[in-house]
Amino acid sequence: MSFVTVFDIVNSFRLKIRAGEKRLNEQVTGGYASDLLSDVIAHSRKGNVWITIQTHPNIVAVAMMKELSGIILAGGREPDADTIQKAEEEEIPILVSPLFTFEVVGKLYQMGISGMG
Amino acid sequence: MAGVENHIRFQEVFHIQGGNFTNAGSISSRVKEILKRAGLSDKVIRRTSIATFEAEMNVICYADRGNLSLLITPHFLKVVVDDEGSGIHDVNLAMREGYSTANEKIRELGFGAGMGLSNIKKNTDEMLLTSKFRQGTHLEFVIYLDKQNEG
Amino acid sequence: MKLREIRDILDAEVITEEANLEKEIKYAFAADLLSDVLALSRGPGALLITGVTNPQVIYAGNAIDLGAIIFVRGKQPNEATFQLAIENQIPLLTTRYIMFEACGRLYQLGMRACIEKVKNGRG
Repeated sequence: MSFVTVFDIVNSFRLKIRAGEKRLNEQVTGGYASDLLSDVIAHSRKGNVWITIQTHPNIVAVAMMKELSGIILAGGREPDADTIQKAEEEEIPILVSPLFTFEVVGKLYQMGISGMG
Repeated sequence: MAGVENHIRFQEVFHIQGGNFTNAGSISSRVKEILKRAGLSDKVIRRTSIATFEAEMNVICYADRGNLSLLITPHFLKVVVDDEGSGIHDVNLAMREGYSTANEKIRELGFGAGMGLSNIKKNTDEMLLTSKFRQGTHLEFVIYLDKQNEG
Repeated sequence: MKLREIRDILDAEVITEEANLEKEIKYAFAADLLSDVLALSRGPGALLITGVTNPQVIYAGNAIDLGAIIFVRGKQPNEATFQLAIENQIPLLTTRYIMFEACGRLYQLGMRACIEKVKNGRG
């Protein structure tokens, strides 16, 4: 079990933080990648970091519901203004990466974050 | 968009049923077949396929019904899509990457990423989009057959 | 990387039995949203890793000349999707791994995305 925190991920990849800066010390239990909200709701686990390209405020609701450690928007996507607002209110970290989902996941995997947790 | 020569080599109109997700994509697939039979380049086929797919998806996701017409001349091909439905409130906003008015159902099917119109713009040489809010939308795009740029 | 290697790395089942497993797959990308599939691909022959199993994924794949599609989380295509894949000669595979794990394993073993970064201006 790796003791990687969201903060570690931000530093490793030099991700930009768009919201939830106060809660970066959450431990990451694993990773989940999907753009289908019902899928994330059904299968993600508490503490997972979620990689997606969806930028609308519903992603914050899902992250709260599943107690995810954070959301990484891939492919250079930026969260909508309401998404940022909601994420700040709920203290859900939203990070952005210019890399595509496949690469983001690959690098997280190499850090020791797995999809099995 | 006045064609230098507009001898029509091919012309066909397809009807698109709004909300019919079952066959979504079938029309752009037929268009691809037509272009292949017409012997057009891979680049043209790919660009047209992507743009047509997105245009077809937009009618299905957001309109009540629409017509897609394909016109092929020796120097360019043109696709015109006219639909009836709620139309687009703000065309400039709609063109913005990531902007989406998709509902949850649409997103769960894999659509509604907000990239459709920009995908069309990126893959065509000329594009025109107009809309009458609460009536419908008119989209047309042209792809030149003679020269193809990189990327 | 050959389709055969991908099958082995991901412990995948090949759904379209006639698929050519010697097919060379140059790069991969993961997407559930179809416009993303269209926007991301830069050339033919890619592997799409996805959780979406409806026929639209085949139509989208056909538009960009996808090399193969692999469904994650053990998902199986419906009949319409399967038939369309056969008609368009797009091999379909399925793996029990989740998308995160599938991408991670392929990346670990050398598979890459087609372009590294998005070229738009960064925020």
